[in-house]
Amino acid sequence: MRGLWKLTWTEIKLFLREPVSTFFTLIFAPMLLLLFGSIYGNEPSPFFNGKGTIDISVPAYTALIIGTSGMLSLTINMSVYRERGILRRLQATPLRPQAILAAQVIVLFLMTILGMALLIIVGKAVYGLRFEGNPFSVLLAFVLSCLSFFSLGFVLAGLLPNARTAQVVAMALFYPMMFLSGAGLPLELLPTTIRKFSNFLPLTHVVTLLRGLWAGESWSKHLTEVGVLAAILVVGVIVSAKTFRWE
Amino acid sequence: MERKAIIQVGHLRKAYGPVVAVNDVSFQVHEGEIFGMVGPNGAGKTTTVECIEGLRQPDSGRIQVLALDPQRDAYALRPRIGVQLQQSVLQDRLKVWEALKLFASFYPRVVDWRPLLEQLGLADKRDAPFAKLSGGQKQRLFIALSLINDPELVFLDELTTGLDPQARRAMWDLVRDIRQRGKTVFLITHFMEEAERLCDRVAIMDHGEIIALDTPENLIRSLAAENRVVFNVEGAFDPQRLSGLPEVTHVEQIGERVIAYGRGDRLVASVVNGLATSGVRYHDLRTEQPTLEDVFLALTGREMRE
Repeated sequence: MRGLWKLTWTEIKLFLREPVSTFFTLIFAPMLLLLFGSIYGNEPSPFFNGKGTIDISVPAYTALIIGTSGMLSLTINMSVYRERGILRRLQATPLRPQAILAAQVIVLFLMTILGMALLIIVGKAVYGLRFEGNPFSVLLAFVLSCLSFFSLGFVLAGLLPNARTAQVVAMALFYPMMFLSGAGLPLELLPTTIRKFSNFLPLTHVVTLLRGLWAGESWSKHLTEVGVLAAILVVGVIVSAKTFRWE
Repeated sequence: MERKAIIQVGHLRKAYGPVVAVNDVSFQVHEGEIFGMVGPNGAGKTTTVECIEGLRQPDSGRIQVLALDPQRDAYALRPRIGVQLQQSVLQDRLKVWEALKLFASFYPRVVDWRPLLEQLGLADKRDAPFAKLSGGQKQRLFIALSLINDPELVFLDELTTGLDPQARRAMWDLVRDIRQRGKTVFLITHFMEEAERLCDRVAIMDHGEIIALDTPENLIRSLAAENRVVFNVEGAFDPQRLSGLPEVTHVEQIGERVIAYGRGDRLVASVVNGLATSGVRYHDLRTEQPTLEDVFLALTGREMRE
């Protein structure tokens, strides 16, 4: 256990020393919030069903951070660690393989929570962010979404042959998804034809679930999202258990 | 000479698809020795060692390390061995002291890492991130990591690849130090000279098989190769003047360069005397002994290439 915590702590320090990951996980979303907040403010609008821009953006950007952590950070980290032999070197110690992977998941989970916390603080302090949901429900949905996307990251890391490909493919998948899923831009701004396509993107379900619960909607209204995310999690774990490589 | 076997390998075999990497390999490593495994790249050295370390599952064969099965008893074995992997790197921004503290946390019993840094000449690099270390410093850090748990047995895989000759020699001293501390060293290298200088016994591997195993001296002696005396002559030279000497078997001349072949400790004295009595003017005289390189050449008919 001592090894796991030490590895987790070391990985946290390494994460924060890496400007790219720090920027996209912790700084990018609050920056977007300040940018769009300064343009649109947070006045309730009929366009957003009586909510303000900030009220709908905070849960959507939370989805954005979850996507970044799972599809970019995790995929790229894992393939770089594999390619450089870091996984193999750790494997040669008494540390269990589960602990090596768990450390990565814990670090990204903590960083994602930190990203969400920063978003909420900025939203609340600058624009009087409104919250009408149940905090535990939102947290539960957050955990489910994280696990679901982290498993997706492990699948990508397992399937993609090397770090370079992993980087390119992860970005090529993630950036369009960021705009088409409602994570980067409100779904309400997208034309209906595109919104039909959006329903096939995993991140759309995270956005819809988090926005809904944030606004105080009940779980029963979001069984589709929960089902899709749970299915991704289960399939992701099964597939990555088969495809994950240490070297 | 009967020493305790610390590693026993019997009929080890490992294939990757159709490629047989290791084919029916058997040998023992004795306690307290520096055991070398040499051979060209792709000979199966790393696969063999990774099977012994428990990082790879053999297709068949028996392996015992410190009386343990590296697969079944992996987590009993790992605290007792030190491993330096071929071509491994750490995270760029990981500092030297962080790496040592991190790896120390993985083992139930460890040595203090500060004197270890001192001994390996890394004390002033304590706070340097991994990416800023030179090739030799990185390798010394990997040695430090492999010694952090005070192992009984240390595996060093291609320790000096990519290092300049000076750093390579410094590394050899470190390996001798490790043995001085009572540890057994398993060294993998594709530098014949390294094996010859460092190892008590050497296994030569080629195409997945051990083709020779003995002390470097015995391997070289078994060649029954001749020593050579090489020199350059000035002006005319009649090879007959040397080939008649009892110690000399034959003489070759290429331009002004002459090579006299022969055996025995008196070869050099006899050649020099012969040249003096016949009044031949010569310069740049030197002797050449056969090396492990020649052993490899004789066994495989190929040169070992770096």
